[in-house]
Order: sequence, then structure tokens, then C-alpha cells
Amino acid sequence: MKVRMLAAVALAAALAGCGGGTPASSSSSSGAASHRITVFAAASLTESFRKIGANFEKANAGTKVTFNFGASSTLATQINQGAPADVFAAASTSTMNTVVKAGNNAGAATPFLTNSLQIVVPKGNPAHVTGLKDFADPKKKTVLCAEEVPCGALAKQVFDAAKIAPKPVDRGTDVKAVLQKVALGEADAALVYKTDVLAAGGKVQGIDFPESSSKVTTYPICGLKASKDAATAKAFVAYVLSADGRKVLEAAGFGPARK
Amino acid sequence: MLLPAAIAVAFLVFPLVGLLVRAPWTQAPRLLANSEVLQALQLSVVTATASTVICLVVGVPLAWLLARPGWPGRSVVRALVTVPLVLPPVVGGVALFTVLGRTGLLGRPLFQLTGFSLPFSSAAVVVAQSFVALPFLVLSVEGALRAADRRFEDAAATLGASPWRVFLRVTLPLVAPGIAAGTVLSWARALGEFGATITFAGNFPGTTRTMPLQVYLELETNPDAALLLSVVLLGVSLLVLGLLREQWVSRL
Repeated sequence: MKVRMLAAVALAAALAGCGGGTPASSSSSSGAASHRITVFAAASLTESFRKIGANFEKANAGTKVTFNFGASSTLATQINQGAPADVFAAASTSTMNTVVKAGNNAGAATPFLTNSLQIVVPKGNPAHVTGLKDFADPKKKTVLCAEEVPCGALAKQVFDAAKIAPKPVDRGTDVKAVLQKVALGEADAALVYKTDVLAAGGKVQGIDFPESSSKVTTYPICGLKASKDAATAKAFVAYVLSADGRKVLEAAGFGPARK
Repeated sequence: MLLPAAIAVAFLVFPLVGLLVRAPWTQAPRLLANSEVLQALQLSVVTATASTVICLVVGVPLAWLLARPGWPGRSVVRALVTVPLVLPPVVGGVALFTVLGRTGLLGRPLFQLTGFSLPFSSAAVVVAQSFVALPFLVLSVEGALRAADRRFEDAAATLGASPWRVFLRVTLPLVAPGIAAGTVLSWARALGEFGATITFAGNFPGTTRTMPLQVYLELETNPDAALLLSVVLLGVSLLVLGLLREQWVSRL
């Protein structure tokens, strides 16, 4: 019965295609824990995917989801080096493309989210940061993601569009590392995803800037060729795309994928 | 006995062989001429050397103190000195923040008085590297001091040499090989430092991005370059091992 349910969800996922939500079945069946999948996901998805994973396990008894969160580009390298992953959710289309180009995806990658950047400052904003131009002020200690990882690539687009040459003191290897420097009070400001500011709770403050809405990154998700349990992997992807998954992601501050 | 031992050797050696086999040798000139790589290599060598000098200046006296018997708390101090050896480097980096960061115990008053803060500077790299490398120097030198024959020092003292003169002219030459071994070890450890550096000092090209950080970052976009840089670091490590040959291999 469980197999049939998973197959049904997988079929729904295949039919749903780009951006469309499919309600996942919430019925559960009793059975031994035999479906284990590993999901590689962008660091910015940490909090929401943990929630979605727990909900997915509850909805599909006997299924266990483990996560590997990190910079999307690191995860893509690990996948291309043969890491035993079942699902990959990346923070940019170009990162996903490195996996697709290497032929390690199972089926087309589905864009499912967008995220935009926000300025983050320590509580109380001690350095009085007001906008993007503060990143060009060498007296202010600002931190950005390395341009090799998606959040850094997006930050570069933002600064290029605003014609500002940032002078950061540090380049973090993933968005959480950058946020941590601000949360510790060691940096005056950083550019991170809006969702990370929300997830950090009261330790930091977010400052909107007008240029943010025009530059967004799209998150694609797909099952992987290396998966030994393609049905469960497909079911998980479908669950992320479902109304249940979408609710969690929207609560975390993500936007819907744009067409 | 032989089989598990062979497995152990294979386990340690195969990854290194893998590096050498997979490294894109033909691209080496182009990748190594990359200015970011040269910057990282230069920064690594300079900061590792500076860390080693610091370790020598404060580590040799500490080792000398630890080798003298009969003062209270000696075993506690020795235990504390070895903590960075077993501490995960990232934890070391966070610990450095709590003292030397802008909001740290010493860092906060310093920042308020002078506007200076240590993180994100090359000096922070040196601090992070010294933190992890110091135990290697102290333990090597202490071991040498313990093994040295104390009678030479006693003889010099009875012949009228001052304690400082005894230390400079008798003790130091006696333990010179131990100091050399400790110097090379701590330099190598500083050169390979990753976790404490990226946590405490950061990852900015030219200022704080050392070779291990460059390797990590190259993995994101250019695994070939990461392989090649790894070979460079492996080469340096082998060179260090060669320098230590008399210290270690001759004991076998």
C-alpha cells in the first residue's frame, strides 16, 4: 500500500512540472522503516527543510530523511564526486546546472523558490548602516559571500546593478558563515538571504534596500541518478512542491518561483 | 599482524596516491600562475613563519618551565598547553572570538579605546595559527629538555656561569635538535591550519585567505585547481618530513 502511495505521489510530481503544487497524501501506513533518503540542500534551506523533512516522515511512516546542508556549490561538487545523495536542492540555477551537465540528475530540475538578499546588521545597528552604499565604506566592516557560492554571485549582481564597488573585510564560504559573523557582533553588516535574517530570530536586524526585489535567485530541486530509492526521492520532491511544503517555505520568507 | 598493518599503510598512503594520479599536471603552469593562488601561497608562508617565530619566543621558555620539576600546578599547565591539540580547530576559532573579537573580553576594550579589531586581518591569521601550533613546539622542546643531561648545566653553574648564561650556552645547544624538530612541526601545522583561521580570521583574498582556504574555495568552482593546490601543500609537507628525517626516521 505504501509503495502505491509513493508511486502516486511521484506520478503527481511528474505531472505537476514547473512550480505547480501538488497536495501530498497525508495518510500513513504502518510498516518497518525501510525507506531512507539523503537530501543535499543549500544552507539557506536548513530550517525549513528540517521542518519539511519531519512532516514528510510523519506523512510517510517508515521513511527516514537525512540532510546535508552546505554551500550549494560544495554540495554540487560532492554530488559530482559521487556522494550518495537522493535529492538536491540548490540555491541557484547555475549551481544545479553543474550537476545536470555532469548527468547526475534524475529528470529535469524544477524551480520551486526564489530568495532575495537583505542587509543584516547586529542588534541595535551599532555602525548605523542604512543602505548598500555602506558596503563601499572601508571604515565599516562588512562581510559578503564568496563570489564562487550562489549568495555571493547574487550579491555581485546587486552591487553591479547599483554601481557600487563593495569593500568587504571577509568573504564567507556559505551564507550561514556570513550571518554568524554579524550575529557575533564582529561585522557591522552583511548581505544575506532575507530568509536567513528571519531564521536568525532576534539576534540580528534586517534592513531592506530598494534594489533587492529586482535581483532574485531561483532554487531548483531534483532527484539524483545515484539514488537507490528513486520512488522515495521523487515523493520527497513532490512533498516539497506540495501545498504543505509551500506553507513551510513561505512562512520562512521564500517567494514563489517566477516563470 | 601483517594484514591490518598493511591496511593501515594503504589507508594512509592511497589518498595521497589518488591526489598525485588525479592532479591535472598539464594545467599546472596556468593554474599556479593565477595571482590569487600566488597571493594565498605567499600569505601562507609569511603567516606560518610569523606564527612559528611567536611560538619559539614564548614556547621555548614555557617548555623550559614545564621541564623543571618541583613547582605546583605544573601538570595542570601542561594539560592546558595540550588542549589545542585535541580541540576541534573551529572551536578554537570561536574561543579566540570570545577573547580577541570585537565583543570579546580583551577585544572589546581594545576596540572601544583604539577602534582596532583583530578579526579579518592577517594578524588574526597569525594568532589562529599560533594557537594551534604552539603545543607542537612546547611538547617537542619539553621532551628534549627532559632527555638532556642535567649534569652539564650543573657543572656550568658550579663553574660560575649565571643562570641566563647556562641557559644560552649550555641548555639551548643541548636541546637544539628538539627545538629544530618543534620549529618544523609547528611551521607545518600553521601552514595547514584551516578551521580556526576561517572562523576567526576570515577568508579574504590577500589578507586572510591562506592556501588551505584557497583549496576549499577552489573546490566550489574548479576542482582541478583544488587538486593541484593540494599537491602543492602535500609537497611542502613531504619537504618538512624530509627535514625531520634525522629526528624521526633515524629512531626507527
